[in-house]
Amino acid sequence: MSLPQFFFYVFSTIAVISALMVISSRNPVHSVLFLILVFLNASGLFLLAGAEFLALLLVVVYVGAVMVLFLFVVMMLDVDFGSMRQGILQYMPIGVVIGVIFLLELLLVAGSFVIAPQLGGVATIPIDMGVQNTRALGLVIYTRYAFLFEGAGAILLVAMIGAIVLTLRHKVNVKRQDPAIQTARRPADAMKIVKVKSGQGL
Amino acid sequence: MGLEIGLGHYLTVAAILFTLGVFGIFLNRKNVIIILMSVELILLAVNLNFVAFSAALNDLQGQVFALLILTVAAAEAAIGLAILVIFYRNRGSIAVDDVNMMKG
Repeated sequence: MSLPQFFFYVFSTIAVISALMVISSRNPVHSVLFLILVFLNASGLFLLAGAEFLALLLVVVYVGAVMVLFLFVVMMLDVDFGSMRQGILQYMPIGVVIGVIFLLELLLVAGSFVIAPQLGGVATIPIDMGVQNTRALGLVIYTRYAFLFEGAGAILLVAMIGAIVLTLRHKVNVKRQDPAIQTARRPADAMKIVKVKSGQGL
Repeated sequence: MGLEIGLGHYLTVAAILFTLGVFGIFLNRKNVIIILMSVELILLAVNLNFVAFSAALNDLQGQVFALLILTVAAAEAAIGLAILVIFYRNRGSIAVDDVNMMKG
């Protein structure tokens, strides 16, 4: 067994076992941590397939950002997760049946399909082994796929604005500073100069 | 380079991950957080397929699309968790059974 094969089996075995733990774990925090393990091992599989940039992106974006977000939300919500597992056995048999059928179908497709030989040499963007993966991706996403890339950026912007708008909450009974009003205030609005005659007062 | 490991191996792993994701949605029908994680698993399986085909066909296009899927998955997670947080604020629970406020 060659070294890449060995690592492929190591990564895929750990990924599948951790994925099983994600969906069967009792504690959602454990689920999140196992999901991190799945993503790390998938990143190893990406590396083996030669997609180095995507592998590191998976670690940075998923493990670094998305999973921390998940962990944050899981810990912030004070929910009794134990009660949510009631009725889990009720759906277990149908889930297992559908899952097994689905998996068998997928495996049949994965094992039996062939790529038409006339498509063999026609790659839209052939991978040049002399160019680093990151550089090769950069050469196409800013030129050929510029619109898709900008679309992805727009989606992220909309997601960011949407998440902020959804979760922003103004508390009613709290006095807040409004810098705009503060800086727009002029001496004429705030003060009045009164000439007071001596000995008389106001 | 092609692939030192056969395409079928990658597709098998991706199929197992995908099925586990679907199964997770079935299994944890009450817990929205686990359902979101299952969706992430499914998207990861799709990405694995894209990358495996990209390597097998010696075509960079698959990796570009995997990149875009990664972006959309991150946005989906952010929006989903934001909705989850405001739902929890309103209802004090995250059970899927309680999501019937919009029932007409």
